[in-house]
Amino acid sequence: MARYIIRRLLQAIPLLIIISITIFALLQNSGDPLATMGGKRVTRSEDRVRLARILGLDQPIYIQYVYWLVGNDWVKLDINQDGIFETTGQRKGVLRGDFGNSLVARGQSAMELIKERIPNTLVLMIPAEIIILTFSLLVGIFSALRQYSLTDQVITAGSFIGYSMPIFFVALASMYIFGVNFRKWGLPYLPTVGMFDPKIGKTFSQVAVHMVLPIISMSLVSISGYSRFVRSQMLEVISQDYIRTAYAKGLSERMVLFGHALKNAAIPFVTLVGIDIPFLLGGAVVTETIFGWPGMGRLFIDHLTRFDTPVVMGILMLISLAVVICQLLTDIVYGWLDPRIRYT
Amino acid sequence: METSAPIIEKPVIAEIEKPPLLLSQLVFLRFKRHKMAVAGVIVLILMVLYSIGGTFFKSEAFSLVTDTSIRLNAPSSIHPFGTDAVGRDILARTIYGGQISLMIGMIAMILEVIVGVLIGALAGYYGGILDSLLMRFTEAMLNIPQIPLLLVLGKLLADKIQPIVLLGREFSGSVIVIIAVIGLTSWMGLARIVRANFLSLREQEFVTAARCTGTNNLSIIFDHILPNTMAPIIVSATLSVANAIISEAYVSFLGVGVMPPTATWGNMLNGAYNYIETAPWLWIFPGSLIVLTVLSINFIGDGLRDALDPRALTQAE
Repeated sequence: MARYIIRRLLQAIPLLIIISITIFALLQNSGDPLATMGGKRVTRSEDRVRLARILGLDQPIYIQYVYWLVGNDWVKLDINQDGIFETTGQRKGVLRGDFGNSLVARGQSAMELIKERIPNTLVLMIPAEIIILTFSLLVGIFSALRQYSLTDQVITAGSFIGYSMPIFFVALASMYIFGVNFRKWGLPYLPTVGMFDPKIGKTFSQVAVHMVLPIISMSLVSISGYSRFVRSQMLEVISQDYIRTAYAKGLSERMVLFGHALKNAAIPFVTLVGIDIPFLLGGAVVTETIFGWPGMGRLFIDHLTRFDTPVVMGILMLISLAVVICQLLTDIVYGWLDPRIRYT
Repeated sequence: METSAPIIEKPVIAEIEKPPLLLSQLVFLRFKRHKMAVAGVIVLILMVLYSIGGTFFKSEAFSLVTDTSIRLNAPSSIHPFGTDAVGRDILARTIYGGQISLMIGMIAMILEVIVGVLIGALAGYYGGILDSLLMRFTEAMLNIPQIPLLLVLGKLLADKIQPIVLLGREFSGSVIVIIAVIGLTSWMGLARIVRANFLSLREQEFVTAARCTGTNNLSIIFDHILPNTMAPIIVSATLSVANAIISEAYVSFLGVGVMPPTATWGNMLNGAYNYIETAPWLWIFPGSLIVLTVLSINFIGDGLRDALDPRALTQAE
């Protein structure tokens, strides 16, 4: 197992390098970092040239990539263009955890900006993912056990509709109903924007109340999709011979369902979830934007619209890393669920 | 979905005398039994009629007129769907936005099918090094989450393409960018399905027979194997129209996709959450149109999946 994990990690390295080269090539020559940095003030061409040299933009793109990857504190740079390479570079490179400095937020490194936001996103994502998994398993199993009953048909139809809903529509609708109209009708309403009420401060209950609507809109679509999948997997599994055998040898209904059927039905489900977690991150961009949640998704869209390349690159690389890790975890869980799978 | 009751309940002898149904007739019969799919077809036709027929009632210029004195007006007899933040008529914009959204869905789907089928067919048919190369590439593409990728590409390329004039209308160049980007980032699933089918079909006898008669590889791929794997391609293509419409709405919603003044259902929603308390009609109308369209396409896809299922086909026979 250990050897398998190490091999998978080694295989991930070239993949991440290819992804980083692609994204770097796309982003590096886009927009105008100098204009982003200086606004309208940096108009003198000498200043522009000097700034470009400090940022390393005068170098060919492959050198820029190398500096981005491993930093440039090991080379001497010629900042004032007098032919003498005297200044040592400042950047440490991605491999040492330095994504460069943000072009928009002065004096802050991209890493700091991202680090500030990661906990906020996780606070939203982890409960959402737990709710999604619990409910989709419950709903899926429940409706599989009552196949073709009225409940099953209602659930199937409802999940089909929910699955076709874009996240932003669910978000806007839930905001409109539970935030705006409940207040209008004098009912207890939910806050629609932000992570906490600035007047009260960032207390646990404030954050929890503000989390409700974003989590509903993120989980509704996923629960609908997953419960359909769980239902069809369960239906396939409970018609198998070994389930009949399990019943025949006198096991309790609960044991058969959860110990035998669910464990086998869950195998493809784990793969699906493992692949989809990064997509939840994509959905987080929309959810965080609508609900004004100060997480990584909103950081991404805010800095993308202003061409803040280091921050955007940083977030994209972290997401890609998350994808690779999720896939590895998926494979490990797979091996635990299905003893027939042996990794060597 | 439906319980499979036999369609033809006649004595066996009469059945033999009757000419056998064509494959297309069978599929149509089975599709008709999926009521929600039929409803989906009707709603989708209505959507197309709405966005094309609407041109006879509201001119495109009317959808682009901005008048800040009537901004954020509630639905009224002059503006049945209300007006947006710069005073444009939302009814007219949903009509012209619908054309763009549906067009993006269709063309992105065609692009996706071309790329997905080509890559899947080549990888599955030839196998070996070409297969590993193409599949590693497919996996790398799957590793980049689509929405952030769409956002980045949309942002980067949107300003770089000039507006284009087609059929006397001017489209923002970002429409082309969004179509290309969506088409080129969503073919991976289809490619894998096609490859898997090609892998099993290429070992079958009809392929050997075709090869014996000297048929060249291209003809075997496209004339012999491809028609046998049409069912999953059709289902996947149908569903990907819905996905493309949603993807466009996501990026445009975030202000990075199709640029105004060209309207799409997605970019009409951009910024609507700022007016959630004062002007709900900003998102209700375009949002509902997106949901209805996507829902009906998904139902059609579901119906096609049932109708084209080979196991179900033999049952009906």
